[in-house]
Amino acid sequence: MATPAFSSISTARAALQQGTCSSVDLVSDLLAAIESKNSALNAYVSVDREAALAQARAADKTRARGEGGTLCGIPIGVKDVLNVTGQPCQCASDILKGYRSPYDATAVARLRNQGAILLGRLNMDEFAMGSSNENSAFGAVRNPWDTDHVPGGSSGGSAAAVAAGIALAALGTDTGGSIRQPASFCGCVGLKPTYGRISRFGLTAFASSLDQIGPITRTVADAAALLTAMSGHDPMDSTSLDQPVPDYEAGLTGDLTGLKLGLPREYFLDGIDSEVDAAVRSAVAHCEKLGAEVVDISLPHTKYAIATYYIIATAEASANLARFDGVRYGAREAGQDPLDMYGRTRAAHFGPEVKRRIILGTYVLSSGYYDAYYLRAQKVRTLIRNDFEQAFTQCDALLTPVSPTPAYRLGERTADPIQMYLGDIFTVTANLAGICGLSVPCGFTQAGLPVGLQLLGPAFGEETILKVGHAYEQSTDWHQRRPGVWAGGADV
Amino acid sequence: MSEEYKVSIGLETHVQLKTRSKIWCGCANVFGSEPNVDVCPICLGYPGTMPVLNREAVKLTVLSGLMLGCEINRYSKFDRKSYFYPDMPKNYQISQYDKPLCLGGSVEIEVNGKKKTIRIHRIHLEEDVAKNNHFDGASGVDFNRAGTPLMEIVSEPDLESADEAFAYLQALKQILVYGGVSDCNLEQGNMRCDINCSVRPESQEQLGTKTEIKNMNTFKGVHRSLTYEIKRQIDELRKGGKIYQETRRWDDEQGVTKAMRSKEYAHDYRYFPEPDLMPVVLEEAEIEAWQASLPELPATRRQRFISEYSLPEYDAGVLVAEKAIADYFEQVAELSGNAKAASNWMMTEMMRVLSDRDAEIVDLPITPAALGALIKLVDDKVVNMPGAKTVFAELVEQGGDPQAIVDAKGLAQVSDTAALDAWVEEAIAANPKSVADYQGGKQAALQFLMGQVMKASRGKANPPMVLDALRERLGAAG
Amino acid sequence: MTQTDAIDVKYVAHLARMQLSDEEIATFQSQLEHVLVHVRELSELDVEGVEPTAHAVPVHNVFREDAVRPSLDHDRVMANAPQARQGLFMVPQIIE
Repeated sequence: MATPAFSSISTARAALQQGTCSSVDLVSDLLAAIESKNSALNAYVSVDREAALAQARAADKTRARGEGGTLCGIPIGVKDVLNVTGQPCQCASDILKGYRSPYDATAVARLRNQGAILLGRLNMDEFAMGSSNENSAFGAVRNPWDTDHVPGGSSGGSAAAVAAGIALAALGTDTGGSIRQPASFCGCVGLKPTYGRISRFGLTAFASSLDQIGPITRTVADAAALLTAMSGHDPMDSTSLDQPVPDYEAGLTGDLTGLKLGLPREYFLDGIDSEVDAAVRSAVAHCEKLGAEVVDISLPHTKYAIATYYIIATAEASANLARFDGVRYGAREAGQDPLDMYGRTRAAHFGPEVKRRIILGTYVLSSGYYDAYYLRAQKVRTLIRNDFEQAFTQCDALLTPVSPTPAYRLGERTADPIQMYLGDIFTVTANLAGICGLSVPCGFTQAGLPVGLQLLGPAFGEETILKVGHAYEQSTDWHQRRPGVWAGGADV
Repeated sequence: MSEEYKVSIGLETHVQLKTRSKIWCGCANVFGSEPNVDVCPICLGYPGTMPVLNREAVKLTVLSGLMLGCEINRYSKFDRKSYFYPDMPKNYQISQYDKPLCLGGSVEIEVNGKKKTIRIHRIHLEEDVAKNNHFDGASGVDFNRAGTPLMEIVSEPDLESADEAFAYLQALKQILVYGGVSDCNLEQGNMRCDINCSVRPESQEQLGTKTEIKNMNTFKGVHRSLTYEIKRQIDELRKGGKIYQETRRWDDEQGVTKAMRSKEYAHDYRYFPEPDLMPVVLEEAEIEAWQASLPELPATRRQRFISEYSLPEYDAGVLVAEKAIADYFEQVAELSGNAKAASNWMMTEMMRVLSDRDAEIVDLPITPAALGALIKLVDDKVVNMPGAKTVFAELVEQGGDPQAIVDAKGLAQVSDTAALDAWVEEAIAANPKSVADYQGGKQAALQFLMGQVMKASRGKANPPMVLDALRERLGAAG
Repeated sequence: MTQTDAIDVKYVAHLARMQLSDEEIATFQSQLEHVLVHVRELSELDVEGVEPTAHAVPVHNVFREDAVRPSLDHDRVMANAPQARQGLFMVPQIIE
């Protein structure tokens, strides 16, 4: 099985253009791979084979006419949190059982407009709440590098599928690291764009002021291609910004000379896994060799980021998830009156992590506590933003670990929420500040688990972090290693 | 002797704004559709959907604020107000908490000739909720109304009687309809209010414990429920009882307020800034332009009618009460060049027609141009008053051109002396007794003879000329 | 924000409309108390005079024009309804 379906979007696109393969070939190969490997990983929650093949046939026809967009015939997996017309969108929750979307998320519609094929729906932590993909009504997702380990979360299905070769590329969402952390745990590239870069319309909201859609891919160039296709102002999302959309692929020049990269000292503290620390430091040294200058930076409020994040994110979530009440769609339990019906429906169909966060979020907003928790967190959020604003006057991008540890064992952290939350320390800051972040593979532990390097850029600094990530990736071979569960053969 | 009590009433008035589309989405803002037809994923609160603010809703709220003399907040924002209810698609309502669009302002009312200023606390913009229909043992929700732009006008507790509350709502309605902000059609639920009411002994400075009566949708209901609630509270206190801060419901059939049975006792709305909507920042120039576009308000217009058209205060008040009627009157006055006559026609014939038919003036076939022309025909003695009333009746039924109706119906006034003389001679010859009576000093006899002439002319004789002719022929009364 | 502001999970769950079991309440109670100990570290910071951040991007006046767009077809609206009658979304009787 050596087809471009297991390489990259760039390779597959070239093969389609040269006519050495068809979109139907790509989709068929992936469907076969899903058939054989998905059960070991539980990455996909649904795949509409016939619909995918029909889209592929249509794409091949379009291409034969000499037409088609930049992603014509390219299959993409979609996280179960994004609405796609006619498909379920369960957000890996029981409470949305039976719901079918009557509309497309804007990001999905933009991929469609470029000819992309929507291959299937990918597992995740319920309502994107989690860092290990163990909180899913469809069951946990497994890490293709070691199936006893978690793939990270919440976009664990997306990262596992891309890593295992059962998706060429996938969409994830990132509220506090949910793209970057699973990408690092699975050895993929994951991009969280600047807040407002990609429309959130159609993304089932977890925390509205933090959520962003982004790609999980095998190469930085692929992430750039998907970013170009999805970016731009959307009149349906008041928070999407009207900023020009460059051709992000064209910006991948490989040249890092003159770039200043900052190392925030608060991100290299005690408690960070020594193998992660070593891999990231070696990646930093590599970037210096590529011509970048490395400078020491301080982000003094980093230690408050987790507390700030868990107040703001859960508060927003408590309101965002109030709509799941069994009246207009989704699951319902019988009750004597509406209040009783809500209480039973929501208790029966939300999972424990979602309940925990709704309670925390409701509490921090409740009468008498708002100022002490929510308002204070919003103020600390300002301090964290200011830290980054200050930092980016001294450097073009920041280099940090993605997560303090590599992927851990399934079940290892489920009993202790705070332990799980603290793992998000290096990723939540980008969401709080609204800036962009990229995770690229930068090594492996002795046990063979991937380690990720995080690049943080200022708002709308995607071109810079993609350029650095690409230069690093192309001069290393981490992205070419394949996990134990690998669906494809050798790369083409 | 029992102590007297003071009453304090504050009203929270919800007004649906007259926009074409809803506040967050493009669904039509209309009344009377089949259930769940004017809905989309956004106003149904579907997963992933987001609100986008309708600019017109902001404008109409600010216009209202300007008409009521509010201070317009240059920086305003939206917040989520959380509470679970089947009529609430997202189980939070997007409203404005600490930065509403308008602050302060007032409404002038008049009760039993006494003028009073009722202060407005604030006006904010929010979304309306769905409509619940009740069946036996179940309820059904229609989301057509969900997402209608709704403005909430909160008064200070300055109202001191049911009459004042009634007058306040009428004055508010008049202003809002004038400004084109809302139709304020009560049957369609365009205007609904929550009442806060408390009483206290006259000697007491501090306001008493208030009760809230929710969801009133007629002015009459507000008046009746307040009359009941005020008496209930005073009776309770006189008995040595206690007023509990609670929400009550008006039972229109039984004519009583009742404490709501709802389990939702503790209100904890958990307000926080709406992350999906950006703040509204209003520029001075924009507000000034809106201010300039405002129509003349009823109170000002009434004064102008009194001075400009020399109308009595009462007539001016009646004419300005409804903007459409005032506009109509002004057009007739201008086209006829006779404001006094225009006012007389409006105050008598027109008001009678409107009330008999329960019609809106704009829906009648008679145009201001036609009534203006009719007045001119009277002034030019082309037609006399009885004839003009016949023409008016025809215009009300079918519209048309007054002159053409005069011609078609042969209503033209006869001023030809020869013809008039013939009728006069005829009347004198046929009524010698009346002639003698008149000459004996009975003025009424002249009126009788006059009537005979008019009858002979089938109403078309020019009345002043007939009178002159009779006087000349019979000489002065004896 | 002091250690004495204990979270009352039962009450908060009621506000959030979730009828939790006693066991769930006990578990969440201890877990969230633990989380709140960490969260309360924010009280160390001096935030006097700091403006709160509600939006990650400083934009204002984002409007749509007042134009009607097609609504969702009624059959599609009701297709997702857990219970419907006469074109309405049915719920247990609302008690006022």
